[in-house]
Amino acid sequence: MRARPVAGILLRQFYLIRGSPVRALPMFAWVAIDIVVWGFITRYLNSMSAGRFNYVPSLLGAVLLWDFFTRIMQGVSTAFLEDVWSRNFLNLFATPLTTPEYITGLVITSIGTSVVGLVVMLVLATAVFGLSFFSLGLMLIPFLLVLFSFGIALGILASALVLRLGPASEWLVWPMPALLSPFVGVFYPLATLPRWMQDVGRLLPPSYVFQGMRTLLAGHALSGGSLAIGAALAMLDVVFAGYFFSRVFRYAVRTGLLARYSAESVS
Amino acid sequence: MRVLPDSLFGHQSSPGDESAAESDPDVVLSVTELRKSYAEIVAVDRISFDVGRREVVGLLGPNGAGKTTTINMILGVLSPSAGRIRIAGIDLARHRARALARANFAAVYAALPGNLTVRQNLRFFGLVYGIPRLTQRVGTLIEQFDLEQLKNTKCGVLSSGEQTRVALAKAILNEPQLLLLDEPTASLDPSAAQTVRARIRRLATEGDCGILWTSHNMYEVEEVCDRVLFLSRGKILLEGDPRRLPSEHGAATLEELFIRLAREPLAEPLERAG
Repeated sequence: MRARPVAGILLRQFYLIRGSPVRALPMFAWVAIDIVVWGFITRYLNSMSAGRFNYVPSLLGAVLLWDFFTRIMQGVSTAFLEDVWSRNFLNLFATPLTTPEYITGLVITSIGTSVVGLVVMLVLATAVFGLSFFSLGLMLIPFLLVLFSFGIALGILASALVLRLGPASEWLVWPMPALLSPFVGVFYPLATLPRWMQDVGRLLPPSYVFQGMRTLLAGHALSGGSLAIGAALAMLDVVFAGYFFSRVFRYAVRTGLLARYSAESVS
Repeated sequence: MRVLPDSLFGHQSSPGDESAAESDPDVVLSVTELRKSYAEIVAVDRISFDVGRREVVGLLGPNGAGKTTTINMILGVLSPSAGRIRIAGIDLARHRARALARANFAAVYAALPGNLTVRQNLRFFGLVYGIPRLTQRVGTLIEQFDLEQLKNTKCGVLSSGEQTRVALAKAILNEPQLLLLDEPTASLDPSAAQTVRARIRRLATEGDCGILWTSHNMYEVEEVCDRVLFLSRGKILLEGDPRRLPSEHGAATLEELFIRLAREPLAEPLERAG
């Protein structure tokens, strides 16, 4: 893999974000609003419970982690969609650029945009609502890494779907995190769910993160094995998503889909 | 045989495993028995041709003849059903990245991203092509294509002529050995088209590249091309010097010959003059 083509993908995204407040704003605006809304909800719940239970770490912490995952996923797919919107596939893929270089560029773009969102969320949640997120200690790092990996995998999968199904299918991309959220137990233990939903949840890496976070906040020891399963699943998902994208790309090159890609040519 | 561009997916080749030396160093594009079919429809039917260094070859034919399909296969964005493409002696199917590093293109239907400025687009594609001393190269192209006043303007708001100049600047960013131009003057007024033709002609005569050019303008084909290939229903029907072909086939002009061939596709290819 060569660094310069990857740098080209990054530079293009940087130019787009720098030149457009409409692109820069979502990096932190929606996550900030989420933190504010959930921050006040937790305050209200705390006042109702009269100090018997502190909702800030469990609810606001879960929102923060979930929003981080969502931003990672959308960071990859939005960077991909920029090429869909500007009908740039022909120019881009008639170059020496390889798909691993292209995907690497999208992933690094997503890291950059998501870190901005994460910092804004941490500052707001800590300074305004008193979330001491670092009380999770070093476990915060594997939590974030698992969510990061799964976000990357889902972003690549979503990009492959848009490539295969056409630009109009971007409307399938945006609700993907919301579709997954009931299964992964962001705000409640998996045991709350019906059996079949629990089974689905166990296949999704974020389930292990949120379960682990609640275990730690409850003052119990976290089973490393459980988080390792989540990490292994996330890695598998990344590999599968990369494979799936490559398959879809080969199909697009073989059938002419890539050469003719536009809203009009793909149903 | 199905040819898939494996190197698109990260396959890297060693410099020594390509037998470029076997091929003629004066041939920048070699197309052999190239075929593309979609189920029952054959878009390109076992065509073979070469483009030489410093040669401008016109790829002519009516709409739907297979010109753009052929160009898309040479650009690696469409895999052939059969056949072989070599760019500067490098097999495109086996060593896609290396082959495409030696080619570039401009097409009327492939505008550069309109949300980037001229300079940003050139820098972006320059990095993707891995151009050394990029700032200097971009500066030279901006000067060469009279883009100084427009360099900070977004490409989406440029006129057709200005966009064509930017597309051509991008097309020679990597000093390609093979340049593919799909109707580069299609949306230009006669004056702008004349200027663009002169620029492209200079690229071939003063530079070191071969050019494959498609156009429906027979006047410009006669002016610019050293040789033409006439494509119809996916087959090459005719090949030769555009200034001599009409008289050799009983037509007054190249346009008359084009119309005749387009309306009455021949059952068998004519004798190839070239």
